[in-house]
Amino acid sequence: MQCERTIRVLIAKPGLDGHDRGAKVIARALRDAGMEVIYTGLRQTPEQIVEAAIQEDVDVIGLSILSGAHNVLFPRIMELLKEKGIDDILVIGGGVIPHDDIPFLKKCGIAEVFTPGTPISQIIEFIKNNVKK
Amino acid sequence: MFDKESLERLEKEKVRWENSTVKKVIEKTPERYEKFYTGSNIEVNRLYTPLDVQEMDYMEDLGFPGEYPFTRGIQPTMYRGRLWTMRQYAGFGTAEESNKRYKYLLSQGQTGLSVAFDLPTQIGYDSDHPLAQGEVGKVGVAIDSLKDIETLFDGIPLDKVSTSMTINAPAAILLAMYIAVAEKQGVSSEKLSGTIQNDILKEYVARGTYIFPPEPSMRLITDIFEFCSKHVPKWNTISISGYHIREAGATAVQEVAFTLANGIAYVEAAIKAGLDVDEFAPRLSFFFNAHNDLFEEVAKFRAARRLWAKIMKERFKAKDPKSMMLRFHTQTAGSTLTAQQPDNNIVRVTIQALAAVLGGTQSLHTNSRDEALALPTEDSVRIALRTQQIIAYESGVTETIDPLAGSYYVEHLTNLIEQKAMEYIKKIDELGGAPKAIEKGYIQQEIQDSAYRYQQEIESGRRIVVGVNKFQIEEEPPKNLLKVDPEVERIQKEKLSKLKATRDNLAVKNALDELSKKALSNENLMPTIITCVKTYATLGEICDTLRRVFGEYKATVSF
Amino acid sequence: MELVDGILKKDKRAAARLITLIEREDPTAIDALKKLYKYTGNSIVIGITGPPGAGKSSLVNELAKKMREKGKTVGIIAVDPTSPFTGGALLGDRIRMQELTLDPGIFIRSMASRGSLGGIAKATYDAVNVLDAFGMDYIIIETVGVGQTEIDIVKVADMVVVVLVPGLGDDVQAIKAGIMEIADIFAVNKSDREGADKLVTEIEMMLDLSQNELDLRPPIVKTVATSGIGIDELEAKISEHLSYIQYKGVLEQKRKEKTREKFMELIKFHISKIIFQEKGNIIENLLKDISNKVIDPYTAMEKLLQCILKGE
Ligand code: B12
Ligand SMILES: Nc1nc2c(ncn2[C@@H]2O[C@H](COP(=O)(O)OP(=O)(O)OP(=O)(O)O)[C@@H](O)[C@H]2O)c(=O)[nH]1
Ligand SMILES: [Mg+2]
Repeated sequence: MQCERTIRVLIAKPGLDGHDRGAKVIARALRDAGMEVIYTGLRQTPEQIVEAAIQEDVDVIGLSILSGAHNVLFPRIMELLKEKGIDDILVIGGGVIPHDDIPFLKKCGIAEVFTPGTPISQIIEFIKNNVKK
Repeated sequence: MFDKESLERLEKEKVRWENSTVKKVIEKTPERYEKFYTGSNIEVNRLYTPLDVQEMDYMEDLGFPGEYPFTRGIQPTMYRGRLWTMRQYAGFGTAEESNKRYKYLLSQGQTGLSVAFDLPTQIGYDSDHPLAQGEVGKVGVAIDSLKDIETLFDGIPLDKVSTSMTINAPAAILLAMYIAVAEKQGVSSEKLSGTIQNDILKEYVARGTYIFPPEPSMRLITDIFEFCSKHVPKWNTISISGYHIREAGATAVQEVAFTLANGIAYVEAAIKAGLDVDEFAPRLSFFFNAHNDLFEEVAKFRAARRLWAKIMKERFKAKDPKSMMLRFHTQTAGSTLTAQQPDNNIVRVTIQALAAVLGGTQSLHTNSRDEALALPTEDSVRIALRTQQIIAYESGVTETIDPLAGSYYVEHLTNLIEQKAMEYIKKIDELGGAPKAIEKGYIQQEIQDSAYRYQQEIESGRRIVVGVNKFQIEEEPPKNLLKVDPEVERIQKEKLSKLKATRDNLAVKNALDELSKKALSNENLMPTIITCVKTYATLGEICDTLRRVFGEYKATVSF
Repeated sequence: MELVDGILKKDKRAAARLITLIEREDPTAIDALKKLYKYTGNSIVIGITGPPGAGKSSLVNELAKKMREKGKTVGIIAVDPTSPFTGGALLGDRIRMQELTLDPGIFIRSMASRGSLGGIAKATYDAVNVLDAFGMDYIIIETVGVGQTEIDIVKVADMVVVVLVPGLGDDVQAIKAGIMEIADIFAVNKSDREGADKLVTEIEMMLDLSQNELDLRPPIVKTVATSGIGIDELEAKISEHLSYIQYKGVLEQKRKEKTREKFMELIKFHISKIIFQEKGNIIENLLKDISNKVIDPYTAMEKLLQCILKGE
């Protein structure tokens, strides 16, 4: 019945970072692009994020960090996913993330990192082209 | 201000001009858009004339600097007397590193300190808390106990500098530490000057470093008001902040409206707690944003001043003119600064800083060109500071007061912003005041709607951001960004365990027990908190004690 | 079948995946549901409904915590509306329940209504069966914020808690009129606000006027979901109501009715689907004739019926 299947996305704010303008704008834009978006709210631990992603059976986890804690929190989330044997969720990240850190994050399994100024249309495009299931 | 006859004539002439001169040109070359808007989506006309300000009454609406309604400025001589305070928000890593940075900034001509704390400190966790992982020292200095504050201000004479601390939920604790460290320097609390942000309401809607629910949070705030009015008279007990509201996506009108609505809530809470308006209101200060739309921003500052003066006089029956003066700090708009072609940010900041100065700010932080990339490097901070200095010493805009007054456009915008902000405040009153409106998610929703619209305008190209959606170039990845050493976390944790092994733990426990008891009573908590910090109880321990009594805030999220 | 095994072994990922397949109307979901059917019927299904922003999610959070304290496991399905314009949805209920996420005895699923107008999604029915087979003691369904007509929750829940709040203004009359009948328990939430007692009185008066089919009058509990006040009582009333309907055989009766209704719906759905598939051409032709006034719809229907019965 559904011609194009609905993509489910978890938008998560790991750590203590309170910058949520971007995460919320993205949540809304993805909704308007026809996706079902679950937003976790602030101050989530990596464990909470991974568990929520499992229960919600999302196609995509979108992580947003602007506070500089990405090098600790992103890899931790990828590690937990791996521990649980989850490899069919597309994980992307965004925020204020120095260019130099991106190769490391990608090596950990983050599919793409979007930094300030990225058009949201580009993010939508990326998700549509890369969802795994 | 204008006589009827000449207005009528002007009106006729304007119609004539539009139908002949303008029309002819438009037929040949149409205007760039059908409609024009300010940065905050107020429609802008082709031309402003006395017709647009005909209702204005000079004495009633503008008056003189230093006098009610303070539209033209709060001091009689403004920058002819003293320039604004140049205050760059800074801090990262350990107290040792930040201390060095402050000394550098002071040596470069900065006139006040502004302390940035890391997120665990702002949310009341010690550096060894599981949630602090990866965040220690990242975006500000890590403070776990009085020990760190002693290091932070080592060699900085606290009776000479004024210190602004961006701290909210645990403001009482940081103020207590500041008082304690001053005491050790031999400086009594009466001599201290500075500001704590201490504005919890905007944390709920825009900034996110809340801990406790609204009620106990408001109580902590009024406790501080009362305590300072007696013991720290020169201290700005709160900085009611529109800055973050604007950065979260609000428009200029919303910035004014929501900030003043929060201000009203604080005044009401203090009055309810038994304080006299004129006892605490003179110590209220404000914090606004300066965006790119120069005239709109100047109008915004003027409108905010006039509106607050009226609110204090008419609604709260304040008598002391100082209670009616809206004193404010300004910061340029980080959210307008781009990761692309970062040097362009220097230009944006110049325009924004100019708006703040033309708007009569009391102090100013200019953002650095690497804003969208990382915490600023020393070099970029210097350029940002120099930008202010060039405006101050070379541009000439400081030599007369409120130089844009009388511009038909600026006066019109001033009126309009005041009026639209007032409409919002009425609506918020109807909802039961700012705390209720926040609980219902109303203010958050309004901000988010604006943020989303702003983003859509960029996506559609109607809002042009140079270097981002127009005039892009291929760029090399930026170099020489500031990096915070991840070692900070380990160092802080070590300091912490050493502290816990060497302090008098019984004294700590007793002090915390006492705090627990007092928190359940109505007594002012400040003296007990000061006792706690002096025993070297940690920030996390003090906050946990209060969490147990007060509970924790759960955010109302709207999209 | 992997998913079925997984669910029976309490693997949350398997349960989550099956719910997704149900939402997508994937044929493999039916296979799994067939196998799971015999394991269902053990959970108590509680519907939580009420106007937008009444505090439904906050209450679910508190209630689930309480049930966990008593050693019960809880599955939660929280439904939010799908945008009719974009087909997308922002599922916001989970935010209020994030503290439960890591509890092994809890499973929370956010679900978009995907076009259903009754306050829950089409997939909700089968998702309940998944969590039932999974072994959850309780299943709580939070409906979308409802007005007066979205009452499909009664078709799936064993009992319904209607959440109301003071100070909703005049709409409250209309809302109450609509969802009055379906309430087994009323929660007057946000009772820290002014007007809670007045609302309780209003509900009492309405109950006085209405004749409840059970001889049990729905109790009214004042709650403050944000501070946990009244949750003990709410939980107690739920248990009481449960014992009552179990004891009186009402629960069994209700479930039988539901099974029947569900089966009827299945029949209707599949039969009409077959008819549309097989007699599509005939239907289209008849439709043309009806539009052109060549034939009236009643005679057309008779003709169609004949075709079907004759197997033409
Ligand atoms: C707005 C802002 C704020 C607002 C936040 C309002 C809010 N509710 O969000 C306020 C004023 C409150 C604020 C406060 C602070 N801020 Co601030 N802030 C910014 C600022 C100026 C813009 C961020 C923004 O919202 N941009 C607009 C949105 C739409 O863009 P975005 O979030 O970048 O999102 C885009 C991409 O990054 C990406 N993206 C982002 N998230 C995600 C997620 C996914 C899944 C995907 C696919 C993409 C994606 O896509 C988006 C579209 O292009 C940045 C600097 C900058 N110009 O980027 C500093 C900045 C992030 N802040 C900073 C700091 C330090 C702070 C404070 C911690 C300061 C302090 N010590 O107190 C505080 C505390 C905040 C807190 N509680 O955590 C630093 C962080 C430094 C670092 N990482 O090294 C920055 C970089 C400024 C600086 N250079 O110093 N801030
Ligand atoms: N004062 C008060 N506020 C409450 C209470 N319960 C919930 N709230 C607040 O009301 C708001 C809405 O709560 P939710 O639990 O999300 O309400 P909901 O009914 O699930 O909302 P929707 O799912 O959007 O229809 C939140 O800000 C809660 O904090 C209460 O008992 N008292
Ligand atoms: Mg809800």
